[in-house]
Amino acid sequence: MSQTQTLPTRSYEMPREHYLNSSYGIRSWLLTTDHKRIALLYLVSVTFFFFVGGVFATMIRIHLLTPEGALVSPETYNKLFTMHGVAMIFFFLIPSIPAVLGNFLIPQMIGAKDVAFPRLNLLSWYIYIIGGCFALYSFSTGGLDTGWTFYTPLSSIYSNSAVTPAVLGIFINGFSSILTGLNFIVTIHTMRAPGMTWFRLPLFIWSHYATSLIMVLGTPVVAITLLLAGLERMLHLGFFNPAMGGDPILFQHLFWFYSHPAVYIMVLPAMGVVSEIIPTFARKPIFGYSFVAASSIAIAVIGFLVWAHHLFMTGMSAYSALAFSFLSYLVAIPSAVKVFNWTATLYKGSISWDAPMLYALGFIGLFTIGGLTGLFLACLGLDMHIHDTYFVIAHFHYIMVGGAVMGYIGGLHYWWPKISGKVYPEALSRFAAITLFLGFNLTFFPQFILGYLGMPRRYHSYPPEFQVLNVLSTAGASILALGYLLPMAYLTWSMRYGKVAGPNPWPATGLEWKTTSPPPTENFPVTPVVDWEPYDFPNRPDLGLTPGTLAPVPGDD
Amino acid sequence: MPEHSEHIVSPKIYFTIFIALVIGTSLTTWAAFQNFGPFNIVIALGIATAKATLVVLFFMHARYSVGRTRLVIVCAIFWLAIMLALTLADYQTRQPRMSRLVPPAVFYRV
Repeated sequence: MSQTQTLPTRSYEMPREHYLNSSYGIRSWLLTTDHKRIALLYLVSVTFFFFVGGVFATMIRIHLLTPEGALVSPETYNKLFTMHGVAMIFFFLIPSIPAVLGNFLIPQMIGAKDVAFPRLNLLSWYIYIIGGCFALYSFSTGGLDTGWTFYTPLSSIYSNSAVTPAVLGIFINGFSSILTGLNFIVTIHTMRAPGMTWFRLPLFIWSHYATSLIMVLGTPVVAITLLLAGLERMLHLGFFNPAMGGDPILFQHLFWFYSHPAVYIMVLPAMGVVSEIIPTFARKPIFGYSFVAASSIAIAVIGFLVWAHHLFMTGMSAYSALAFSFLSYLVAIPSAVKVFNWTATLYKGSISWDAPMLYALGFIGLFTIGGLTGLFLACLGLDMHIHDTYFVIAHFHYIMVGGAVMGYIGGLHYWWPKISGKVYPEALSRFAAITLFLGFNLTFFPQFILGYLGMPRRYHSYPPEFQVLNVLSTAGASILALGYLLPMAYLTWSMRYGKVAGPNPWPATGLEWKTTSPPPTENFPVTPVVDWEPYDFPNRPDLGLTPGTLAPVPGDD
Repeated sequence: MPEHSEHIVSPKIYFTIFIALVIGTSLTTWAAFQNFGPFNIVIALGIATAKATLVVLFFMHARYSVGRTRLVIVCAIFWLAIMLALTLADYQTRQPRMSRLVPPAVFYRV
């Protein structure tokens, strides 16, 4: 009942005109208002920051090969983990799926020609670049050693590193995020094609709608909080410094009010990607569409009520901690709804093991581990033991890398034929997915054990008894790096040498697969009319699926 | 009239609001030099909120906006309320500092 390959052997020709060849020259890219080209601008930019953050991560892992530290001084080590966090979180993970895949796909998925505000869309990229330049300036002129969390009064008073440009860079970059979120909300509300009702929207759209709400409602808070920390540093105004009448815990409250929901900015879009991939490669309608859609909104809303679980060890109110612990448990419910529904979709599916599916399955497993260990940290008593240890590092890397990055790379593989019009090497792509999965687990699973044994995070040295697990983690990181470099290489290769994909290579049910690959600048020659339900494989004869390749209808067996 | 066209506000209203804002700023400055005890912050925030309300209603045209725009504003205020309420929940329910410095047995016996 399962198959191993879905890509068609039929040969196609590239469309005569599409968004990639509609105009030429650097100017046509830098002044474009086409959402697809802006998505590619973001793709190049976030990949650059992923590479920057990756270099810092590599240096961290090499340093931790020996108990006393193998590579850099303690001060430099502080800078490495800080700059790794800032580059990866603010300049890669947060914009990755929304700004690249969201920008490329949202108008196509709802049958629109572009986003609601195309110029604002381009502006958001320029703002991102300006913010990124500030961050790079900070990295290259003394670096940054406060931790990506910028806790005060270290960041506002005591740190001797380049905090001010970094804080300004993140402040500026926040506007890019807000503009993207605003654009998506208005686009989804106002530009849906005839027949594309709310409950016919792809789940990728629902998850991006929820993500956009967080972007618009949360980002201003972190922007102003970091600006206040910057003002305290530059002008010595007492917001957070106790010596000047400020309150350092207030900074943590305000910072995490955004930065915890920011985790959902990273993972919700990845969940949207997985919700698209699973039905396509199981050849079944998704199980419980409305519950999966509603759970995205529930995660966005409840995600705003849990932030103070990062503050359990600060001396905050015990009653308040109790409430935040309970609320943190609550957010597991909509997350579990998604995992159960994806699993139920797989049940008796006609499953094929293409690279996107491998990434999606990897996401489910790794996100589940990351989510469940999050409950450990939400538990007040247990958190006291594992707070600020490598257990926390392992937990959030399972969510952010095992979840968000797996979703991003899975999504890139899934929609690459649409983006480039070409197909990548299948065997190599499956090999890369498996390499990435194994490398990831070897890197981060030992860190759960290290943390539980008591190894604190952000220390440049450790007791000798922790060395074996650290060496395992570093070995895993080198495999993980290979898992990232391979797709970068063969996806780039495929743009020139890959086989032509055709409009709907998997095939999938979404509206984006109804247009040519790559799509024309205006996406659809004629505005499409939607008269089908989402993921309805059994009732889509236009996909050309034979009964043998479809999942059996319930009751037939 | 098209649904999305801008409501035209007379210069007289703009000027009146401007004067009200200037009065509000003067009041804030005056209040900053008085000591109202625990009401210092309440008065400062009260004036600031009143000024912000005027800006949102008239300068940002919320008073003349469609329901959906008003809903967005209400949502934003609601989210701000969540942030303030849950943050203050921590500050307002903290145990006395003694409880964290003195061993529990001693504290409870007292």
